[in-house]
Amino acid sequence: MYPLIFLVLFPLLIAFLALALPRGLLIKKVIGVLANAVLCGVPVYLLAAHLGQEATYYQAESHLVDAAMPLIEVVIAVYLIYVSVRSRRYLPVLLVVLQSVAILAFELTGGHTLEVEHNLFVDQFSIIMALIVGCIGGAICLFAFGYMPEFHHHYQEVPDRRRYFAFLLYLFLAAMFGIVFSNNLMWIYFFWEITTLCSFLLIGYKNDKPSQDSAFKALNMNLIGGVAFAVGLVYLYNASHVMELDKVLGLDKGMVLLPAVCIVFAGLAKSAQFPFSSWLTGAMVAPTPVSALLHSSTMVKAGVYIILRLAPVLQNTAASKVLTMIGGVSFLITALIAVSQRNAKKVLAYSTISNLGLIVACAGVNTDAAVWSALVLIIFHAVAKSLLFLCVGVIEYKVGSRDIEDMDYLIMRMPKLATCMLIGMAGMYIAPFGMVIAKFATLKAFVNESPVMTVILAYGSAATLFFWVKWMGKVMSIKGGASLEVVEDRVSRWEWTTLGILAAATVAVCVAFPFIAFQVINPYLREVFGQAPIVDTFNVYVILILMISLWIVLPLGLLYYRTLGKGIRTVATYLGGGNIDDVSYEGAMGKAGEIEIKSYYMEKYFGENVLFPVGVYLALTFVFIMFGVAAL
Amino acid sequence: MNIIPETYQSLSLVERMVAFVVLAPLLGGLLAGIDRKLSARLQGRYGPPVRQPFFDALKLFQKERVVVNRAQNFPIFLFLLFTVFSGALFFAGADLLLTVFCLAVAGTFLVLGAFCVGSPFSHLGAEREVIQMMAYEPMVILVAVGMYQVTGSFKVADIAQHQVPLLFHLPGVFAGFLFILTIKFRKSPFDLSMSHHAHQEIVRGLTTEFSGPALALIEIAHWYENVLLLGIVYLFLGSNPLLAVVMALLVYFLEIFIDMNYARFKWQLTLLSSWLITAVVAVPNIIVLSTLR
Repeated sequence: MYPLIFLVLFPLLIAFLALALPRGLLIKKVIGVLANAVLCGVPVYLLAAHLGQEATYYQAESHLVDAAMPLIEVVIAVYLIYVSVRSRRYLPVLLVVLQSVAILAFELTGGHTLEVEHNLFVDQFSIIMALIVGCIGGAICLFAFGYMPEFHHHYQEVPDRRRYFAFLLYLFLAAMFGIVFSNNLMWIYFFWEITTLCSFLLIGYKNDKPSQDSAFKALNMNLIGGVAFAVGLVYLYNASHVMELDKVLGLDKGMVLLPAVCIVFAGLAKSAQFPFSSWLTGAMVAPTPVSALLHSSTMVKAGVYIILRLAPVLQNTAASKVLTMIGGVSFLITALIAVSQRNAKKVLAYSTISNLGLIVACAGVNTDAAVWSALVLIIFHAVAKSLLFLCVGVIEYKVGSRDIEDMDYLIMRMPKLATCMLIGMAGMYIAPFGMVIAKFATLKAFVNESPVMTVILAYGSAATLFFWVKWMGKVMSIKGGASLEVVEDRVSRWEWTTLGILAAATVAVCVAFPFIAFQVINPYLREVFGQAPIVDTFNVYVILILMISLWIVLPLGLLYYRTLGKGIRTVATYLGGGNIDDVSYEGAMGKAGEIEIKSYYMEKYFGENVLFPVGVYLALTFVFIMFGVAAL
Repeated sequence: MNIIPETYQSLSLVERMVAFVVLAPLLGGLLAGIDRKLSARLQGRYGPPVRQPFFDALKLFQKERVVVNRAQNFPIFLFLLFTVFSGALFFAGADLLLTVFCLAVAGTFLVLGAFCVGSPFSHLGAEREVIQMMAYEPMVILVAVGMYQVTGSFKVADIAQHQVPLLFHLPGVFAGFLFILTIKFRKSPFDLSMSHHAHQEIVRGLTTEFSGPALALIEIAHWYENVLLLGIVYLFLGSNPLLAVVMALLVYFLEIFIDMNYARFKWQLTLLSSWLITAVVAVPNIIVLSTLR
């Protein structure tokens, strides 16, 4: 039990230390590095300690906590009302009031009689989540050490509140640990609200108009989810007098279906599924570590975590079918929109929503094979996506743009960084690496249960392939005969360390894939479903052979073409016969021009303004249907 | 005419793979030769001898190695490697879905090779090639899904042994597959990214900057791929080997015939028509099958 409490309290301690210690102290950085090592190490210890064990529940009763939680909730509510009124936005006020009234009325009336047997628990799924939060979240905090000075150098007008920033990051991690280890739903709700608050404040860090708008958008949508969560909890308690995650799963479906749908709805908002997707794309205004954190290890993963936890309640109901469709719509439409995006961060954002959509769809199907895929997706996505976000963050300042069209010849200008990016992208879509294994498994999971989803997956994968390949091609293109200035030596050591760690982690999770699948995920599934999906051993071997041979072939090949290839004659690219040199040509009327290479974005067909509303309205319809069938 | 399945059964996994690696380029090259002969006859020319593709490939290997940058041929090598590997997986009787995913990776490497040379013609060809991949990928995946729905297995070996002709259950899927097969065979009207014909407006597109041995590798990979694709066509009538082989050949000739009769489409029409045909013809087939079970 103590490691769990430690994981919640330790980041909190670091958060307050970050706030208290003055800036520029060497000791502060030392503490930061040590703290991140601890955040990484404790979940690994938990994994080792719980390997092969069933879920363990702990009472962890504390009157202090029970008293403090409502108090903190009230403080948060008052604070949110204050900032909303100050910036003349009244929707959040309304939502906060609704939510607080529901929860406070409950705490004051029913709360006293509330008997909770187990407040905390840990199982393999929690540990997977803790590993993601601790290791990847910790790595992103490390990155922020190097990134934030540069951020403030670029944005002189933004007030320097770095200590406050660090405070929020670690508070966020603490809340995430709280969510994944709590069995008491009131506790989950409490930590849930803290993540909402943290994301609001982090997105609004720059404090200019666009950041404020995006921050309030995120706040509104997550508060709508929060209201549903609160209402769900109150309803649940009145109907069943149960407030524990494990007990809810055992209750009669008619009783818990509606509250479960309410909480799943909150999960949809948090994981930025349609109709709530716009907050996540808006969150791009925040400094890069924030986006990386929101997208990979925290926030959105909290959403899918709660959905996957409650999915068994929905099983075999119409609500689960509708949930699958919401995930499917989010997956397909955002994959298509990503095709039309030039802004690198937006491509990453849409790809995140898309992958989460797939996880939600898996939760809707909720067979052992589907949940297996969902967990694999969560792991691989977290690692590769955080790496990609941080790479784009670095490029943004070194190249001066986050537009993909400005990333030509990146492999010449920033070879090491481009390599990290290529590793991340390979992790996202090139077989046999992570995400493709997951998609492969997902397709097999869908094929028996939901033919519509297989079709959606087929189309969505095609779009995914398109936008990754053209981006990868952009990064890999080489300018003939020219030597471009290498600009990556100015990247700080903090950033390199983090990128190195995450790139290594992307490769490591692929290598460790059989271990993760058989030792960590399968025991969890056996506990929940009584069986684990039978994975074709031959396929696993084929995938492993592919991976290993690629790692041998790739370096050898690069070596070969670098050293032995000297006997080859090098010429300029073909430019219609009018070459002046490698990259310029003589055009009509003797006019000289330089080549410029651009990609297709097909905005007319896949543009945000074309498809986004479609996704929102479709999903909104499905959400209403989901509530409707749950209420009946 | 049970010699095909019987011989196949008698071989071990590795033997099947080796047989594919050795025999497929011979068969593929031969088919390419027939293609050229037949195309010439349809155009009223005499045409080269059937062995010509082999001569071409040998000649290409003897050419001087000229490149734009030294890294460019490596992705091409990977393209060949992955194409051969996916073919070997298929003919070894392994997972059809895995084959399909591997083939997509192979295609990705070809495109990346074309992107990395930094030439405008090659770049345009590569962009078009990715659009083509996006156009045919859903249908290819649905072929695997449809075959699974009928036979209950993703294993090529099981699918091939299924006693009822798959074609009866999968007419829509087969029709959709025929449609995108034209893209995969790089035939007009879908030869946007590169073409064997002289009338290409973007020079040689994808392969503009590849010459000599690298070009030969691309050609040989294409032979392997064609044999693999015809293998998938074979599966639709796997219960009757003779008929299946005849059908595969007929499909190949049909593609040549289509090639002769169409002008090149724009990418918009390519993408739209492929996705629509897939949605209208193949998807209902999949849905109906799921309700039958």
